[in-house]
Amino acid sequence: MVIALSIWDLALASVLVLILAAISWRMQFGIEKRLLISALRTAVQLSLIGLVLKILFDHATIFWVTLMAAVMLLLAGREVMARQERRFAGWWGFGVGTLSMFLSSFAVTVLALAVLIQPDPWFTPQYAIPLLGMVLGNTMNGIALGLDRLTSAAWQQRQAIEARLMLGFPSGKAIELIRRDSMRVGLVPIVNAMAAAGVISLPGMMTGQILAGTPPMEAVKYQILVMFLIASGTGFGTLAAVWLGSRRLFDERERLRLDRLRGAQ
Amino acid sequence: MTPLLSIKQLSTHHVGPLNLELAAGECLTLAGPSGSGKTLLLRAITDLDPHQGEVLLEDKSCHSMCAHAWRKQLGLLPAESQWWLERVGDHFNGLDEPCLAELGFDKGVMDWDVSRCSTGERQRLALLRLLENRPRVLLLDEPTASLDAKNVARVEALVERLRQEQALGVIWVSHDPEQVARVGTRHLHFDGNGQLHEGVGQW
Repeated sequence: MVIALSIWDLALASVLVLILAAISWRMQFGIEKRLLISALRTAVQLSLIGLVLKILFDHATIFWVTLMAAVMLLLAGREVMARQERRFAGWWGFGVGTLSMFLSSFAVTVLALAVLIQPDPWFTPQYAIPLLGMVLGNTMNGIALGLDRLTSAAWQQRQAIEARLMLGFPSGKAIELIRRDSMRVGLVPIVNAMAAAGVISLPGMMTGQILAGTPPMEAVKYQILVMFLIASGTGFGTLAAVWLGSRRLFDERERLRLDRLRGAQ
Repeated sequence: MTPLLSIKQLSTHHVGPLNLELAAGECLTLAGPSGSGKTLLLRAITDLDPHQGEVLLEDKSCHSMCAHAWRKQLGLLPAESQWWLERVGDHFNGLDEPCLAELGFDKGVMDWDVSRCSTGERQRLALLRLLENRPRVLLLDEPTASLDAKNVARVEALVERLRQEQALGVIWVSHDPEQVARVGTRHLHFDGNGQLHEGVGQW
């Protein structure tokens, strides 16, 4: 099975980072402080999550798994919101991204657990939490990119959008080009990742499974499954977010309502 | 007889409340200092901005139809034309050759790159694009500000013809007193307080 790492192994690896920081300091790159802080954050955050997962695995009830999933969702929602230059004002700023992530990531993960992988019980946290984490993390990326493009493009092209409205375009048609563009922007990273998988990069999950002693073909099957889950989660999530967002940009009289974005006026 | 366009107690931002009627075939000129509400009034009429009061096209209220159908019948030409595709022709559905010729183009213009058109050419083409919808009312926001004298005459002549032939109602915002006198059948002007008055006004 897995070769256990001792605390000294990690300490030795950290010496490499320290050397890098020393060189940065000596040569005045100015990055050493951030390097050390983020290295420390990695160690602390991962240890904490390890502790949380250990407790969660010991208390594998649906309640704790759901709670963990909810916390992950809310943190991801906050992250999506923080990445918007011109996000929607009020609850919409948090709601559009979070709702879309919830719909797509949870549906995809539950489907994978209940129908495809079928651990017993289906919410077994060793499967549910890493799977949800991977789907959620990527969906979050896609939604953040897509929404950011949607709102910033609507802001920049407001005169063209209104010109189309003046010509009698329905609101959906008036924003169609921007919506299409936002969808594409949201999906590009996962499309690229799928195209490069195995050729340029060995995906992290597969690498991890192989290190843990899983036969390569088993690890590959899991990786393919996860890639497909991520792609569909990201795709459906971005679709929902961009659709919801583009609806919110107009009111019931098909007026462009940029006053619903923050930082407007 | 029902007027073509009736505006009742319309107010938006700092404009109004306004009452206004426009008969079929009438050309109403609208003057007033910059920022007095001319553009805001046109935007409220086409329901692009939230507003109070009512606007009726003949006996149909703005709210009785969906907004995009309303805007198709009330063609608003903004002061600055907007283009979003590469070729001029990509923005058109069909080709109205008589109108094209009246504005000084031939059909080759449809293959032009928008980026290579001058501001004035774009403005004339934008009018043409708007007319494709066959609006009942034309709302022109300083339509000839970027045109030379020859093209100003072309635009004025085209609008005049459509007004006569199709009983088009026109509201024409202009800063040029001579143009106001040439094209208008009735004149209104804004004061600095968002209110309308008869006449060409002094400003």
